[in-house]
Amino acid sequence: MAPAPSKLYADDVSLVVVLLDTNPFFWSSSSLSFSQFLSHVLAFFNAILTLNQLNQVVVIATGYNSCDYIFDSSSDLNRSFENGRMPVMCSSLLQKLEEFLIKDEQFSKEEPDGRIKSSLLSGSLSMALCYIQRVFRSGALHPHPRILCLQGSPDGPEQYVAIMNAIFSAQHSLVPIDSCYIGAQNSAFLQQASYITGGVHHKPQNLDGLFQYLMTIFATDLHSRSFLNLPKPVGVDFRASCFCHKDTIDMGYICSVCLSIFCKHHKKCSTCGSVFGQAQSEVASASDKKRKTPET
Amino acid sequence: MNNGGGKRINGGTEEDDDEDDVNGDLDAWERTYTDERSWESLQEDESGLLRPIDNKALYHSQYRRRLRSLSSIATAARIQKGLIRYLYVVIDLSRAASEMDFRPSRIAVIAKHVEAFIREFFDQNPLSQVGLVTIKDGVAYCLTDLGGSPESHIKALMNKLECSGDSSLQNALDLIDGYLNQIPSYGHREVLILYSALSTCDPGDIMETIQKCKKSKIRCSVIGLAAEMFICKHLCQETGGIYTVALDESHFKELILEHAPPPPAIAEFAIANLIKMGFPQRAAEGSMSICSCHKEAKVGAGYTCPRCKARVCELPTECCICGLTLVSSPHLARSYHHLFPIAPFDEVPPSHLNDPNNKLQRNCFGCQQSLLNPGNKPGLFVVCPNCKRRFCLDCDIYIHESLHNCPGCESFRHSKPVISNEE
Repeated sequence: MAPAPSKLYADDVSLVVVLLDTNPFFWSSSSLSFSQFLSHVLAFFNAILTLNQLNQVVVIATGYNSCDYIFDSSSDLNRSFENGRMPVMCSSLLQKLEEFLIKDEQFSKEEPDGRIKSSLLSGSLSMALCYIQRVFRSGALHPHPRILCLQGSPDGPEQYVAIMNAIFSAQHSLVPIDSCYIGAQNSAFLQQASYITGGVHHKPQNLDGLFQYLMTIFATDLHSRSFLNLPKPVGVDFRASCFCHKDTIDMGYICSVCLSIFCKHHKKCSTCGSVFGQAQSEVASASDKKRKTPET
Repeated sequence: MNNGGGKRINGGTEEDDDEDDVNGDLDAWERTYTDERSWESLQEDESGLLRPIDNKALYHSQYRRRLRSLSSIATAARIQKGLIRYLYVVIDLSRAASEMDFRPSRIAVIAKHVEAFIREFFDQNPLSQVGLVTIKDGVAYCLTDLGGSPESHIKALMNKLECSGDSSLQNALDLIDGYLNQIPSYGHREVLILYSALSTCDPGDIMETIQKCKKSKIRCSVIGLAAEMFICKHLCQETGGIYTVALDESHFKELILEHAPPPPAIAEFAIANLIKMGFPQRAAEGSMSICSCHKEAKVGAGYTCPRCKARVCELPTECCICGLTLVSSPHLARSYHHLFPIAPFDEVPPSHLNDPNNKLQRNCFGCQQSLLNPGNKPGLFVVCPNCKRRFCLDCDIYIHESLHNCPGCESFRHSKPVISNEE
């Protein structure tokens, strides 16, 4: 998979792992159609590959029921340089994307109830990080990896713990997570992800010009970013939500055993069952240890 | 590894003083033979042919043994973990710490790894606090008070590394007992002693001190650098800690980093309590205010305490003015993976490797690396017990040590994750 080791990897070679949101519930109600979106995005991929001959692009689709790898620019099937023309990537990418969407729909079990549901961002983030670890293991010469999330679906609060785990692991491995949010409201998860890992978060105002936003903000490699004036994080909200009402709170009470957040003083923790102010003699029962996740 | 091959190849007399120079006079190719000894990494297989040691499989099997022993402790009962820890690290600065059996000296190795440990500790336990205590000339000194900022501890440690005199376990434990009695009741009290000496010179009866520590519910662990000592073993057994002795530098690093994740908590040791905490907002970009930690005017980039509106520079911290603990939600989230651990993956028994039905998943689900060895022979892989996806050995290690999410379980909406604590 790796090119010949005699090639020197300069600072500006990048590996971009793109997490493409294919949630049908979001796309069916979006002002930008999925095919228009794909045309912007495919042109963007081509542009990244032309910026540097050694750049790599890997695409992972974030579906509603599943996630999967769609495209890898370094695999042998996609590297057909003939007479200096662009590698033939569009057809194989689109074909695999279509196969993925058909399979994703077959997993559906429930009827949609009108609310836009979230996609499985935590799954595709985890897969992207595993792939990046493999690149790190491949030797001393490797492109500089980063992750780009193209997301429109809203945040799913049940994924909070998994997404935070992925964010901290990315921070530890020094992998920035960029995010371009094309949905209606704001995504607190993506804002936090970009802030904590040192990436760039942007919510384009005019979706017709999506390609321009992608090229000017997200196309540059990590080394050159220090010379550019990229959108700065404004007002990232790190306040927590209480477990009882899901309100954002400024000051709260934390259970010392399970770190659940409450807005008012309680006698007993609803997550782990610890009684406050008393030494416990028994361990909490299993029914109380539900995987409750907080929202931010 | 001692330099047994330090002979000059082109003859000549050598004196013992020249031992250090000999290495410098060797050519680079000669140094490879004296330092690396590549012939030691060969093994014989069953037919007597030589083959190199399969480091990857060895590393993975060591990792799995460690993981199994950790998870068997955790699943024996539904064990809670002490997430709010008040830990004192005791560094022995007696004569024995200047011994050079660890290169360059025991104390240099200890200092280097304590720095790494402190950073890893605050990474995994953002709400906890660490203090440093040193033992020198038989007297214990408190180097730094309990605090939540790694830089102040590391700076203080690097300044004071001179070794002399004897070591005294009892003085250290008495000092720490006094300090740890003042912390809030919901915190878990721990001590980690890095002991280089082979003796302890105590003013009184150390058994009494050990009983006092046991009554104060302080969990003492010891990492020895010399040899196993009865008194350390007794101390750890009485207080519920862990006693280990390091064989070499890399083993020492492994042992000390094992104390970074929260240990299983003994329920009676800490009283559950609701702790009042604040979640400050980031101050606006251009705002100017006097920051309460440095007492000077600063522009932007700070946090405002929700109770008294004072400005603080970084989180987590305690507001200097009103004493409220200030954290941000990611700090709490860093500890959630201790509460929701993922189940260890199952190894595939060798009989299944050649099963023709298993042609479906040829690639690791996480990194898409091929699971087949060259020549289409099946390689080693592991399987998640919930989602049944296959992962390569490297992804297995990464997932359990760093990521704490199974990509397979997260990528499928209709799989039900099983929390490994429940049986």
